[in-house]
Amino acid sequence: MLKRVHFNTSWLPFALVAPQIFITVVFFLWPAGQAIFQSFLLEDAFGLSTEFVWFDNFKELWADDAYTDSFSRTAFFSLMVAFLSLSIALVLAGMADRIVKFATTYRTLLIWPYAVAPVLAGALFVFMFDPTLGLVAYALDIFGYDWNHKLNGGEAMALVIMAATWKQISYNFLFFLAAMQSIPKSLLEAAAIDGAGPARRFWTIIFPLITPTTFFLLVVNIVYAFFDTFGIISAVTDGGPAGATNILVYKVYSDGFIGLDLGGSAAQSVVLMAIVIVITIIQFRYIEKKVDY
Amino acid sequence: MIENRPIVTFISHAVIILGIIVIAFPVWITFVAASHDALRMTQSPLPLWPGGHFFENLKEALFVGLDVGGASQPVAFMLLNSFIMAMVIALGKIAISLLSAFAIVYFRFPFRMGFFWMIFITLMLPVEVRILPTFKVVADLGLLDSYAGLTLPLIASATATFMFRQVFLTIPDELLEAARIDGAGPMRFFFDILLPMSRTNIAALFVILFIFGWNQYLWPLLITTDQSLTTVVMGIKQMLEAGEQLLQWNKIMMTTLIAMVPPIIVVISMQKMFVKGLTETDK
Repeated sequence: MLKRVHFNTSWLPFALVAPQIFITVVFFLWPAGQAIFQSFLLEDAFGLSTEFVWFDNFKELWADDAYTDSFSRTAFFSLMVAFLSLSIALVLAGMADRIVKFATTYRTLLIWPYAVAPVLAGALFVFMFDPTLGLVAYALDIFGYDWNHKLNGGEAMALVIMAATWKQISYNFLFFLAAMQSIPKSLLEAAAIDGAGPARRFWTIIFPLITPTTFFLLVVNIVYAFFDTFGIISAVTDGGPAGATNILVYKVYSDGFIGLDLGGSAAQSVVLMAIVIVITIIQFRYIEKKVDY
Repeated sequence: MIENRPIVTFISHAVIILGIIVIAFPVWITFVAASHDALRMTQSPLPLWPGGHFFENLKEALFVGLDVGGASQPVAFMLLNSFIMAMVIALGKIAISLLSAFAIVYFRFPFRMGFFWMIFITLMLPVEVRILPTFKVVADLGLLDSYAGLTLPLIASATATFMFRQVFLTIPDELLEAARIDGAGPMRFFFDILLPMSRTNIAALFVILFIFGWNQYLWPLLITTDQSLTTVVMGIKQMLEAGEQLLQWNKIMMTTLIAMVPPIIVVISMQKMFVKGLTETDK
């Protein structure tokens, strides 16, 4: 952690960490503390009187169907996004790992969606699936399927899942490919000599050996689906129709800034912080140690 | 290649090409939409092949913009805002992380671990999670509608600090000993030895952070009401919301295209750095 050889001056290190610590305290710790404090308060809409209510805001949250629904919706959404983007990326990386020719070209052509902002990804999918004009909606119409994500909650959910998955494939692909390419070729050659075909080699050698990467990506994808998809929801559905795509990060925003429910929004922030902390601890404690071959 | 199986190789190529086509399809039709005139973009089915109005639309989007409820903002202007925001966030994060990682690795001082954990905590608190109180703090500081309010709260970065810490830990101790024997002070050592040695890592991180900054959406949306601070990523949402009137898809998609291109160019042109930055910062 600390270098064996180091400097011993009195004030310089403080000056060096000062900017980082200043920003951390002002824009991270202070607001987080405020959120925790707020979450115990009940404030009237004009901010004239506040009352300390202990855990009432949290109790109210759990009693509120809209919140518990949003919770299960978020779980469904992030599991779907993680599952779909991981499996598609795994297939593509498995194929790319076999290829010698054009390998770099393919990689270039697959990684760029990472750079697309979530809102823009949302805009692309809104355009494709626009009920009156969109090309995909038109194609579905030919097959007799009437697509309208503005009215149908299930279709709205499908659309945000597609947009979120689309954006995440390239990230997963890069990690899977790097993991696969670090597997010693001699293992695969030995298996090939013993008569194992490509599919068998994949399932018995490659897939088990990349498990640490898979678990790492699973966590990253769930965090992504939880917190980085605000832009997609905002561009595609605004949480609608009838709250069908109102996931937790969107709800914190809409309850706080549109509904002006300060205590409730703060309580939601605290719940989200707890989720992030749990996920981070899982990531650091278990995944890096236990899933290791 | 382990053995020669032409059929499997063929299937591999086919699957990847199919994947690329499916992934690129949304962008292709965006490009197509951006190259047609407004009338054509109201007729179903929409075109699959580019039309002849690309440069006309490009010019109009860049210099005139799209009417969103009264005010139209030229996209060129939004691009400038996005660029400033992305650059300030990326360079700012790199600068303060380099300094704090340097302090934590190379100095013994009281509260060293305390500071380290304080930085670590920022990793756990993405802005989306503590959105309302952060907004309040920025409002109380009078930073709404300013570049400082736009960038400062996003500048603290645990990941960058960790990465530089990792990099510094791999730099041999002998270098510091040699520098000290030659009479170099800490800052001299930092600028003349540490910085040049972490050049590739800085570049790799820059790619990731530039994209992070460019793609910010929720934060700028909340803290800017002033049209002159609109970034291009926010601009899209305003256009999609244009409300009652029929959406002008050719211009919206042109703007989307313009907003996507700079980060994509950064990723593709600095591909090696990008892959390195991505796989090394996140792990």
